Amino acid sequence: MPSLKELSKEKESLSGGHRLCAGCGASIVARQVLLTAPKPLVVTCATGCLEVATTIFPYTAWEMPWMHSAFENAAATCSGIESAYQSLKKQGTLPVDANINFITFGGDGGTYDIGLQSLSGAMERGHKMLYVCYNNQAYMNTGIQRSSATPKGGFTTTSPVGKVKPGKEQSRKDLTEIMVAHNIPYVAQAVVGDWRDLTTKVQKALSKDGPSFINVLTPCRLGWGCAPEKTLDIGRLAADTCFWPLYEVEEGVYKLTHKPKEKKPIIKLLKLQDRFKHLFKKGNEALLAEIQEDIDKKWKKLLFLCGEKSE
Amino acid sequence: MRKKLAITGNEAVAYAMKQINPDVVAAYPITPATEIVQIFSQYVADGEVNTEFVAVESEHSAMSATIGASAAGSRAMTATSSQGLALMFEMLYIASALRLPIVMPEVNRSLSAPINIHADHSDTMGARDCGWLQIYCENSQEAYDSLIQAVRIAEESLLPIMVTIDGFIISHAMEAVDTFDNKEVQNFIGKYKPAHPLLDIKHPITIGAIDFNDYYFEHKRSQIEAMNNVEPVILKINEEFKKSFGRGYGLFEEYMMQDAETAIVVIGSTAGTAKVAVDNLRKQGKKVGLLRLRVFRPFPAEKLSKALSHLKAVAVLDRSTGMNAYAGPVCTEVASSLYTHSDLPASQQAGKKPKILNYIYGLGGRDIFVEDIQKVYVDLENVAKGEKTEKLINYIGVRE
Ligand SMILES: Cc1ncc(C[n+]2csc(CCOP(=O)(O)OP(=O)(O)O)c2C)c(N)n1
Repeated sequence: MPSLKELSKEKESLSGGHRLCAGCGASIVARQVLLTAPKPLVVTCATGCLEVATTIFPYTAWEMPWMHSAFENAAATCSGIESAYQSLKKQGTLPVDANINFITFGGDGGTYDIGLQSLSGAMERGHKMLYVCYNNQAYMNTGIQRSSATPKGGFTTTSPVGKVKPGKEQSRKDLTEIMVAHNIPYVAQAVVGDWRDLTTKVQKALSKDGPSFINVLTPCRLGWGCAPEKTLDIGRLAADTCFWPLYEVEEGVYKLTHKPKEKKPIIKLLKLQDRFKHLFKKGNEALLAEIQEDIDKKWKKLLFLCGEKSE
Repeated sequence: MRKKLAITGNEAVAYAMKQINPDVVAAYPITPATEIVQIFSQYVADGEVNTEFVAVESEHSAMSATIGASAAGSRAMTATSSQGLALMFEMLYIASALRLPIVMPEVNRSLSAPINIHADHSDTMGARDCGWLQIYCENSQEAYDSLIQAVRIAEESLLPIMVTIDGFIISHAMEAVDTFDNKEVQNFIGKYKPAHPLLDIKHPITIGAIDFNDYYFEHKRSQIEAMNNVEPVILKINEEFKKSFGRGYGLFEEYMMQDAETAIVVIGSTAGTAKVAVDNLRKQGKKVGLLRLRVFRPFPAEKLSKALSHLKAVAVLDRSTGMNAYAGPVCTEVASSLYTHSDLPASQQAGKKPKILNYIYGLGGRDIFVEDIQKVYVDLENVAKGEKTEKLINYIGVRE
């Protein structure tokens, strides 16, 4: 695995000057993934913050061939490009040793919700591509609306906190497990803030002869209501509270890639984010307890799947 | 070797696709276009084509993957019908605005609801303003020939193109089709040389950037210009096709139009039925003609209005409805072209334009018969004589 020093010498593939917010987790995900991925690369993006803020015509932040076509179809678009690559290679139009790696980025909206079908299709068909979901747990580009990745109790503009509702009422969908059920060679969860874990996973994913999927929890200062300089800390805390466990499923085998020395209580993470502010008001104690219980239950199950001892 | 084959419309389309031998086909089944996908998969399974076949999970993904493949720098095709085309709607605009020369056979079928699998033109007429070229074919032969031409037209104009046949009436009907040798087809279409392929790693480009109000209009304006410029390209390629293969098609076909006093304008397979009606009436000494519109996008407004302006009355037959409380899509375009273009100087135009009637027919595959069409000519004759019509729009073969 490359050291931080080595990575810092790599040529940046996402150049500066783009319009993502200060402290945006998505650009950190993109840079770390692109720095690590063996070149050459062809990248596709779903509609969303990352796409919109990096390609304002006539500018582009992407140093490699890059394409966006719509919101729900990044995986399908990439599968067309990858199929063209296979076809042209087979016919000798492209050199057999072209060795292009195909990477797709999508937000949680473009991945969990509207893009789930095209993602599932592309994974099932077995295109050799890495799909990276930068999961900021809501539709940020359109102004913080709920997605199926939004956690229970989270405030968004379409799951607002009101006189009778405490933010989002439903639990988040477990997309990582849905991807595992596709029996693809590599699936993982990573987080902004643990570069070594993420870059190791990117390298593993791209070493596979088939599709791979990495779900990266990506703090959004605006949507989460957190300080921009806290992005990395919040990411790490998400792993340490087991709100977002770091693990991988390689060829069907589960492995925990980060076991918190001491599992921290969820309220530590929630307190750093305005989207959960209301949970600390009187009357919401039960909901807070329920959120902790949900996390504990899922964590226990994951430990079992990873062959780890229960705590 | 050139071969005369007894094949259905779908078979003719699939056979043309095989001879085009696209680099990528991404497609999804839907009646009545399913056979195209099935037959083509068999060509792939038998190693008869070099194509990478992507059996996508929806038509939205079919068009998305075709867009990706085309942008990558490959010759890419898909095929669909009806609901499938409707599901592609978002991506149709993206394909044309990205200026991708995608070729798509489309088998015309009505749109739900009620669900119905038979022919009408609601599907492609609903997509008439999405920046795609549209060619409506009368029969399987024309579909086969047009698909081969379409590859060149799309690649020269950098616009996507759909070539349509009527569901079941053509797609499932057996006809004799003259086919060419694989080599001849390959020679005619040539090798695809994309100008800016995404897979050119040495020259990285960004495709699909966001335009704000400072650039969007210019990009759309240039797309409009591409559409404005494509008519001569279609005609030029048709001339080359004629030279190579001995037959060809124009923007529209004029049947007994020279001395005609009244005429019908129609698209698709109904033209065959209408020609029989014209023949019957000509035998009775009636001066009737037929104009079969083939290229609907770009709409050949100037040439079409010139071809119609000498008539006393015209009936436009629409196999779809605009739901605009006015007239069908073909009629509205024919009428507006007569208003804006004419052979006559403006000062002489008053009262000289042909009167127009619109007939909606055949929705959901309802049959239309020679007698129905002859009846339209009777109406036209009366109108030409000066008889007042009650309605612009009439319906053929519907229980009111
Ligand atoms: C078909 C379609 N529906 C809705 C939209 C509007 N839209 C654009 S981006 C977006 C949300 C993106 O959310 P996500 O995928 O989570 O990415 P993020 O904005 O958080 O980066 C929405 C709803 C669209 N562009 N296309």
